[in-house]
Order: sequence, then structure tokens, then C-alpha cells
Amino acid sequence: MKYLPLIWRNLLRRKVRTIFTLASVFIAFVLYSFLMVVQNAFSMGVEVAGADRLVLMHKVSLIQLLPISYLDKIRATEGVTHVGHSTWFGGTYQDKANQFAVMAVNPDYFQLYPEARLPDDQLKAWLADRQGVIVGRATAQKYGWKIGDKVPIVATIWVPKQGNTWFFNIDGIYDADKGFDTSNFFFHYEYLDENRRGAYGMVGWYVLRVDDPSRAADVAARLDAQFANSSAETKTSTEKAFLQGFVNQVGNIKAIIVSILAAVLFTLFLLVLANTMAQSVRERTSELAVLKTLGFSNGLVLGLVLVESMFLALLGGGLGLAITYFAVEGGSFNNAFLPVFIMRSRDVVIGVVLCCALGIVAGALPATTAMRLRITDALRRT
Amino acid sequence: MFRWLSQTLAVASLSVRTIPQRASSSAVAMIGIAGVVIVFVAVLSIGEGFRAAMADAGAPDRAVVMRSGADSEMTSGLPGAETEVIMQAPGLMRVDNRPVASAELYVLVDLNKRSTGTPANVPLRGIGADALQVRNETRIIDGRMFQFGTNEAIVGRAANRQFAGVDLGSEFTSGNLHLKIVGIFESNGSVGETEIWCDSHLIQGIYERGNSYQSVLAKLDSPAAFDTFKNWLTTNPQLNVQVLRESDFYAQQSQVMSGLIRGIGYTIAVLMGIGAVFGAILTMYTAVSTRTREIATLRALGFNTASVLISVLAESLALAAIGGLVGGLTAYFAFNGYQTSTMNFQTFSQVAFAFAVTRSLLIQGLSYALIMGLVGGLMPAIKAARLPIATALREL
Repeated sequence: MKYLPLIWRNLLRRKVRTIFTLASVFIAFVLYSFLMVVQNAFSMGVEVAGADRLVLMHKVSLIQLLPISYLDKIRATEGVTHVGHSTWFGGTYQDKANQFAVMAVNPDYFQLYPEARLPDDQLKAWLADRQGVIVGRATAQKYGWKIGDKVPIVATIWVPKQGNTWFFNIDGIYDADKGFDTSNFFFHYEYLDENRRGAYGMVGWYVLRVDDPSRAADVAARLDAQFANSSAETKTSTEKAFLQGFVNQVGNIKAIIVSILAAVLFTLFLLVLANTMAQSVRERTSELAVLKTLGFSNGLVLGLVLVESMFLALLGGGLGLAITYFAVEGGSFNNAFLPVFIMRSRDVVIGVVLCCALGIVAGALPATTAMRLRITDALRRT
Repeated sequence: MFRWLSQTLAVASLSVRTIPQRASSSAVAMIGIAGVVIVFVAVLSIGEGFRAAMADAGAPDRAVVMRSGADSEMTSGLPGAETEVIMQAPGLMRVDNRPVASAELYVLVDLNKRSTGTPANVPLRGIGADALQVRNETRIIDGRMFQFGTNEAIVGRAANRQFAGVDLGSEFTSGNLHLKIVGIFESNGSVGETEIWCDSHLIQGIYERGNSYQSVLAKLDSPAAFDTFKNWLTTNPQLNVQVLRESDFYAQQSQVMSGLIRGIGYTIAVLMGIGAVFGAILTMYTAVSTRTREIATLRALGFNTASVLISVLAESLALAAIGGLVGGLTAYFAFNGYQTSTMNFQTFSQVAFAFAVTRSLLIQGLSYALIMGLVGGLMPAIKAARLPIATALREL
């Protein structure tokens, strides 16, 4: 600790250099945070997927519908505790560009998702209201909806018997922990099925909860076997695998993010910091020799330079992480297809570790040079 | 004037020629700028490639007719009777009194990506007998066209390349659907090449669609005939449809994805650019401070301040230009033409495309590099020009 003033003085000796090095390191970690947010958005909630939830869809494709008659058969399957179903509605609000996930679900649907926090009275109101809707906080906020509002949604897939618009009442607004999508809009399947012009008795996909996650694969196999050789064969997978399927469809986002990150950290962080430290050690050659003459050990000199490098790394990088972290809390992509806009605490921890590691790497070479300085040679050089 | 110019040139060439003496610090600026240009060009080449695959699919003299309100072919539905009315519309091209139009269905099948082995939503299009006449740029490059009334199908070049199980001669089963691939087609590298095409009646049967379709693709007499065609259809009380020029239709379908890629790409590029400017400023300050005595001597010899200022800027711009060129070329050789596919969020289906490092992207990258060089050199240049000669000469 007593060496801190010394390190501080060294940093202040070339203020311009210190400031621009810090700025570059800062930007590198703003970018790191931004890239992590993008990656989280593209991972579509895979990491918060429930281990005890399975998704049962049509074997050919998710867009193929399944008969509602499967509901009772699935419910009767051993090991299944809750069954919900969901039908993609599409739909737009006011403008074609205003899209969010509108889904027609059965009354039990919310029992499958304890992550969605909804006051009991709101759930009751929804259950009692045929045209009722439960909407996520993010979408409610975006369009300024309150409980009791009437909302018109223009059909994209399911055209009502009259006109082109469906009308709903907002009965509930759900919240959730970070990472769980709160942009969805849920209404009653019954209402859809009674008023659409065709495809009666067909639903999009089923979601079910099993009592024992370790037997999920077994339950999935039994369900698929039950519907084999019917007109609508099924494919059942864990929710995680189901979501991962979407992520894979988009492409290898992770590889792209990691490559960009490598370029950013190398050019803006490592190179700049290493160069700054090298210059700083070169300028201080005679000073370092004096320190050694005064009895500073080689190890101590090495440590001083490394700490200086890490200090720059952590100060700049930490600021970058902190500022983006708080900025993300308030913002959103406003994108219907990538609604989750978060930075995980894990990303922050990895960021800090990266800062330290890169700080050490950048300082390693100059620090070794400083350590190896021979007093006589160094003092002779001016 | 001439004297001023020759002075400036002399000093500028001196600073550029002495760059190798400051190699390590110059490399920081150069590599920093090269890194920005690589990332900038690479990310935007993804967006550019995707946009090109979608945009090239649309011709101005073709129109897509869908149910009004539908946001893609997949969400649309048209009863068979309506498609017959649509084919009566004026403005539609006729050959031997037959309308050049195709009533089509669009569904998805799961195929595994060759690269990862994971399932992907591949579009299967049911087409009418005149479909290839409507899409006259399409050519069969291997095998033959399928026979209508059978379960034969042809597959796009890109779908064949990206997904497993649809090779020429192979049979492919998905649920009740059995297809025999008898040909491979190309269509200018556009999104159509990611699709599998078969007889529309086959899909109607297997997917229980009765006599209904999802869209009608119509060839028009000319691009100008579009308005006549559209007005007749949208004012017809028998129909509830929307009509889009095919080029507009595909531009619309790529909006979300292209916008997303561009938004992310520019954000990264701008942030990285700011960082690289800081690196360049550092480099140029170092360059100025190591040459303090040299610059002061020049000034003492009578060289004017402008020439000193410009010489520092020239050095910075030279570093940026080298960085920009290296970055642009690296991106071009590493990424141009790289084949991949992604899921278009708007249509929920796969689109195969190639990264496209276009000339305009390279020019943008290089200009961006020069801007970074200019901004990075400015403050150090002013500092150099303002050096007080007497104290500077005294410095070590």
C-alpha cells in the first residue's frame, strides 16, 4: 500500500498519455459490454429456460398446427403435471412496424411459467374475461397501456369473421426477473377459435411440465411414440433445446461476437496499453536505476510496473463496464424479435477478470525489462 | 506560394520517411485503425450480402398478391377462386391468351444444416405450371425440371449447398411428405435459391389446404403496368388482397434483419473508431515529442508553422491510409464470398447468402480510416506548430 503514491505519481507524470490510454481502454470495455448485450439478446432466453419444461411441436415444422385433442392425451401421460398450449397469432398494433409476440393460450398456461409474476386478482380477472389479455411489462410500458385499456390488434394470420381487427381488454400486466421476456401478449385460445375463419380446433404447440426433470427425455420419447403414425406426428424437446434450435437457426452469433471482441481487445486495449507501459519504462530508465540503488529489489520493481499497468486497465475498463451496465438497465433495442436486453452479472465478472489479465499481459514485457535493468548500465544511459 | 509549398512538402516527406524510426508506436495507430476497418467492413458485408440476396430476388415487372393484412407469404391465404379472379387482372402479361402467373403455397420443412447438423426451417414452395415462365431468370443447372402431378421437386443451389438431405437424386421424407429431388436450379444468387420447389397441388394435398393458396406471383406487361394491375385488384369487391411490386416485397422482407445488422455494425464501428482515434492521438503525441528538437530546429531554420502542422497531419494520414488499406484488403480476402445462412425473423425461414465486401464498403472503410487519422493527428499537429522554439531546443 505504501507504494501507491509512487504509482500515482508515475501515472500523473505524462497526463495526456495516461488520459488517452485510459480513454482507449474505456472504449474497449464499453464495446465488450455492448457485444455481451447483443449476444444475450440473440441467445433468446436459452439460459433461463426451465429444466422441467418440455415443448411438443409438429414433427415437420413449428408452423404446422396440432389438434387440440392432444391436450387430454398429454395430460394423461404419466410424469406430466401441467399442460399448456400456445398458438402464434402475429398481429400488429396501430402500425405495421409495431409487432410483438401475441399468443393465444389456454387458461392453465401461466401455471407453467412461475417466472412470470402476476397478482392473483389480475389472473382471476383474466380468467373471467373472454376478451382478456395479460401483457408483459416491457410492451405495456412501450405503448403506455394500463389495466382496463381496450386494445385493437390487426390480424396478420388469423382473420376474424368480421373485418380485420381483434379487440382485447388488458386485464393483467406481468413482471419477471432479468432475462425473462416481458414483451409477450397472451389472450384466450377459446376467443381465437370461436372467431377465426378456419383451422378450428388446431393449436400451435404444447408446453408441459414434468414432475422429475431427470426423466424428461423419457416422457418426451413416450409422447412422441404415442402420436407416431398419426396425421400429426410430434417432436418433443426440452425448452432449452427448443430455444437453442432458434439460436442455431440464426447462425453462429457467438463466433462472430468472439472474433469482434478479440479484434477490439487486441487493438484498443492490449496494444495501446503495452505501448504506453513500454514508453513509460523507457523514459524512466534512470529513475528505476536509482530506485534499485536505493535497495528496491528486482521483484518489487517488476511488481510496481505490473501494478501500474493493471491500475490503468482496471480503472478504464471498470468505468466502461459500469457505465454500460447502468445504461443497459434503462434502455432497450426496441426490437420485437430480440426483446431481452440485459447484461448478466456473469458478464461483468468476466469483464473484470479480462481487465486484470490483459493488464498483466500488457505490462509483462516492460516490467521484465525494468526488472532486468542493471544499475550501472542504466545510470550510464541518459 | 511555391516556396511555401516546397517547404511543406519537404517537411511532410521528412516526417513520413522517418516513420520507421518510430515503428513500435506507429504500429499502434496503424494496427488500431486496420482493426477498426476490418471489423467495420466485415460486419457490414454480412448485412450487404443478406440485402443483396433478398433484393436480387425482386423484379420490378413482377407483382406479389397476398391476402390484405398478411405480413409475409406464410401468414397469407387465398382461396382458389380468388386466385382465378386475380389472374383475370389487366396489366398481367398473357402469352397465347394464358396469364403468365403462378398461384403458390409456402410452407417450411425441417432440414439439417450441413455445417452444424442442427435443424433449420427451409422453405418449400408449391408452384404453378407457369412459374418458370414468370421467373424467367431461373435456370436448371443440374438434372431436370420436375413433372407436375408427381412428387418430384427441384432444389435451389444454395439450399442444396447449405442443407443435408436434398442432393440430386435423393428422396426426402418429412411427415407425410415424400419428395424426390430431380433437379437443381439457380436464380442469380437470390433468396429463391434457398427454397425447394414442387407442384402446388402436392402441398395442398399433404398439408390439407384444400383448394387454397398463399400468394400469386404475376408477370406484368411492363413495370409501368403495375398501377393498373394493383388498382383493379384492390378495388375489386370480390377480393381482399394487397399487391406489392416484387422488388418492394423483398425489400420489405429484409428490412428487420438488414436494419439490425446495420445498426449493430455501425455502433461497433463508431465506438471502435473513437477508441482508435485515442490510439492515434497517443501515437502522434509520441511522434511529436520524440521529434521536439528536430521540429524546433526546422522552425529555427525558417520553416513556417503551417508546414510543421501539415507534416504532422500528413504522417497521421499516412499511417491511417496504410491501416485502412491493410484492414480493407484483409477483410476482402478473409470474408468476401463466405457462404452462410441465417433465419430471417420476418419470414421465419432460412436465407442463404454470401458475405459481400463491395467496393462501396471498401471506400467507406478507407474514408473512415482517413477521418480517424485526421482527427487523431489534429491536436498533436497544433501542439507541434505552437512549440516555443527556444525552450524546445533546450529540451533533451
